[in-house]
Amino acid sequence: METVKISRRKFVIGTAATGAGLSMGMALTFSSKFALADHHEEMEPEVNAWVVIDADDTVTIRIARSEMGQGTLTGLAQMVAEELECDWDKVTWEYPTPGENLKRDRVWQSFATGGSRGIRGSHQYVREGGAAARMMLVEAAANEWGVPISECSAASSVITHAGSGKTTTFGKVANAAAKLSPPMEVTLKDPKDWKLIGQPVKRLDTLDKLTGKQVFGSDVVLPGMLNASIKACPVHGGKRKSFNAFKAEKMPGVRSVVAVDDNAVAVIADTWWQANTALNAVEIEWDKGESEKVSSATIDKMLEEGLSAETEFVANKVGDVKESYAKAAKTYTADYSYPYQNHATMEPMNATAVWSKDRCEVWVPTQNGESALAAAAEAAGLPVEQCEVYKISLGGGFGRRGQADYVRQAVAIAKTIPGTPIKLLWTREEDMLHGYYHPITKARMTAALDEDGNLDGLHVRISGQSILATLMAERLGGNMDPVVFQALAPEGDHSISYTVPNLLVDHAMRNTHITPGFWRGVNVNQNAIYMECFLDELAHETGQDSLVFHRKLMKQHPEALVVLETVAKKSGWGESDGLHRGLSVCKAFGSYVAACAEVTVTDGKLKIHRIVAATDPGYAVNPQQIEAQVFGSFAYGLSAMLYGECTVKDGQIEQENFDTYPSIKIADMPHVDVTVMPSGGFWGGVGEPTIAVAAPAVLNAIFAATGRRIRNLPLKDQDIS
Amino acid sequence: MAKLNINGEIRNVEVDGTTPLLWVIREQIGLTGTKYGCGIAQCGACTVHIDGQAVRSCVYPVAAVTETQKITTIEGLSEDGDHPVQQAWAELDTPQCGYCQPGMIMASAALLNNQPKPTDADIDAQITNICRCGTFQRVREGIHLAVNISASAPSIAASTNAANTTEEAKG
Repeated sequence: METVKISRRKFVIGTAATGAGLSMGMALTFSSKFALADHHEEMEPEVNAWVVIDADDTVTIRIARSEMGQGTLTGLAQMVAEELECDWDKVTWEYPTPGENLKRDRVWQSFATGGSRGIRGSHQYVREGGAAARMMLVEAAANEWGVPISECSAASSVITHAGSGKTTTFGKVANAAAKLSPPMEVTLKDPKDWKLIGQPVKRLDTLDKLTGKQVFGSDVVLPGMLNASIKACPVHGGKRKSFNAFKAEKMPGVRSVVAVDDNAVAVIADTWWQANTALNAVEIEWDKGESEKVSSATIDKMLEEGLSAETEFVANKVGDVKESYAKAAKTYTADYSYPYQNHATMEPMNATAVWSKDRCEVWVPTQNGESALAAAAEAAGLPVEQCEVYKISLGGGFGRRGQADYVRQAVAIAKTIPGTPIKLLWTREEDMLHGYYHPITKARMTAALDEDGNLDGLHVRISGQSILATLMAERLGGNMDPVVFQALAPEGDHSISYTVPNLLVDHAMRNTHITPGFWRGVNVNQNAIYMECFLDELAHETGQDSLVFHRKLMKQHPEALVVLETVAKKSGWGESDGLHRGLSVCKAFGSYVAACAEVTVTDGKLKIHRIVAATDPGYAVNPQQIEAQVFGSFAYGLSAMLYGECTVKDGQIEQENFDTYPSIKIADMPHVDVTVMPSGGFWGGVGEPTIAVAAPAVLNAIFAATGRRIRNLPLKDQDIS
Repeated sequence: MAKLNINGEIRNVEVDGTTPLLWVIREQIGLTGTKYGCGIAQCGACTVHIDGQAVRSCVYPVAAVTETQKITTIEGLSEDGDHPVQQAWAELDTPQCGYCQPGMIMASAALLNNQPKPTDADIDAQITNICRCGTFQRVREGIHLAVNISASAPSIAASTNAANTTEEAKG
């Protein structure tokens, strides 16, 4: 027997894995069963939107951002708990729903989980939420005792009256606190008084991940649920011309073969395996359109032209590079390129939807619950108030799950069988072919050097695809895409780490039909390779030590220089021990990061022995999770450097699975020594910045070992013998 | 019809014999801890044990499993989530998103079945699962820690086996 467990507190669906066979045809009542409105009445007291406290003192902290492995969930809970003064051992968590957020005037603010903003984007209001709840609990206790609030204090979920020594617990006064008006003013702790923020506490979400109990989107099972597999036109922007489902419709378990939107075909069956097997038997004719003529070679030619084309998109201009060239003792130029890459989350895209003429509900692993809800409503043809999204654990995100294409598809499929929940799960092949790819770019780096080998002029010309032009055209400023210039900008979270007397950073936008997207680290990854490898080239070209060369350019960038000096020192930069070293530094997502790679190259084979890394994120909420993010960033960045490449042939992406799009494994992974060195005073992100320094540190070390400059990736296609 | 011994229970399933074991486990048996990642035995998210050996179930037709072979999934690795590998993973907070971890844990447990004290080179050769979050450093540390946990509490592994035997008897 199959059962569905609706956790009253978690808003998630679990599968009780006890029975055999699927129970089909059960009626699903979904009009109120999952609605939070009903749920409120039976809930333990909600002190405020962020904090719910049970009579047994269990503290449930509401988390608006999505947990996809990056540890934000635990960090956000730590911040609420810090101000709440609750017992950390009694903390649990839950996701509010996007629909509830809308209903309550966005009390939880943004659900968007990207741009390494989970903590740095919400630290203020989540801490205020915790502090407000604490004040209400203390006030409730003071009221009960008839004593002034000022004489009472809270610690570890216990409220104490100083005069009498009376104590009570949060659980005992939570009901009364919930009825009080929230405080008008909240004062947050001075960071020096933090007890929980800054501590390497264990994650709140580990145990279920060790036993198979953790329910991911692809694990969702609802009563009477059917399964679907889909194929969209392999050329982006192409359409479905026709399909023949004669064979597929007769295959076991198949309920129907349906057209989805104007570009896809899906099979709905009892099990997903049946659906997918039948989908492979559907004969589909595509109208691939003009894009069928596009290949990697044609894209390369277009980007190459952009390297020397006229452009008005200037992001950073200091002095006059042309004058600098004119008086230079030496000019030096190098071209770099970076390929398309797929996010390749371990769990392929999926969503489960149920639709009726007056309600639509979706269970989905998403990085943005609110945009998933908007997409569901649009696809459902219903007002957003009649729709709801339940966020389910993500099997990886990396930016891919900020998009809602698969939500729209799932709802479109569910509409074909009203009242029946249908789970759409993409094959790995569909996931590889229909990504939102790390955009392809090239760079021409031109330097003007004076007679002492000082960098006097630098022109960074980027030619390539804009993410915003495809996904968020409204965010383009005068047709210019500011995201393209990450880590090269004059100021802000992605400012350049160097001062050059004459500087020009510009962009020739060259878009293709391949859909680009926000890929963990975004354009910092390409730009840091261009910049960090080129500076290493200049140091070598002028006979200077790379660290010394960096120092000269970084006098006005002390925060970035400190992390660079740290990795150089810890790695033993300049030592002659048979290891070859490469450096890299970057400011990204508000944090300062650096790496020193230690490698050897023997018979053309690279061995990365160790990477020494440093991160200054300003405030470090959970150093252990920051370390994990830094380790993981090297895995993601090195995987991209070693193997990551999506090529285009006849308009479609050629790599369809991990056999042709390999990912790093444990044998390739060097030991990483991480120094988390929070200097305080600012909030930087940690999920993404470090990826950018992974590749350039290793590429510079490869040069040190071999004298070969690698300017095109991935490394698997390059000769380093 | 297939007769399978899964986590010590005998299960009869009505299924086409060409169906991969992964989908029988997930959809017929209803054990969703074992994951789909690639379908071509490249990523290891679908790793289960057949008679203690790691098998990538996404390409393993159910017809190839005999009823005497013992299939173990992540749900059956231990009764209380206390297999030495699971204990080590908990101690180090190894998972990030967690999707690859059932496969990673099953592959690591199988490695320890064959090589109770694996070297780093053994780990490099035997653990070929993909993890996109990049938990590899804690996976490696976790395998070594699991060796120590097994050594300090040999009864854990023994009791796990005993539990399986008991369940099997019930089945």
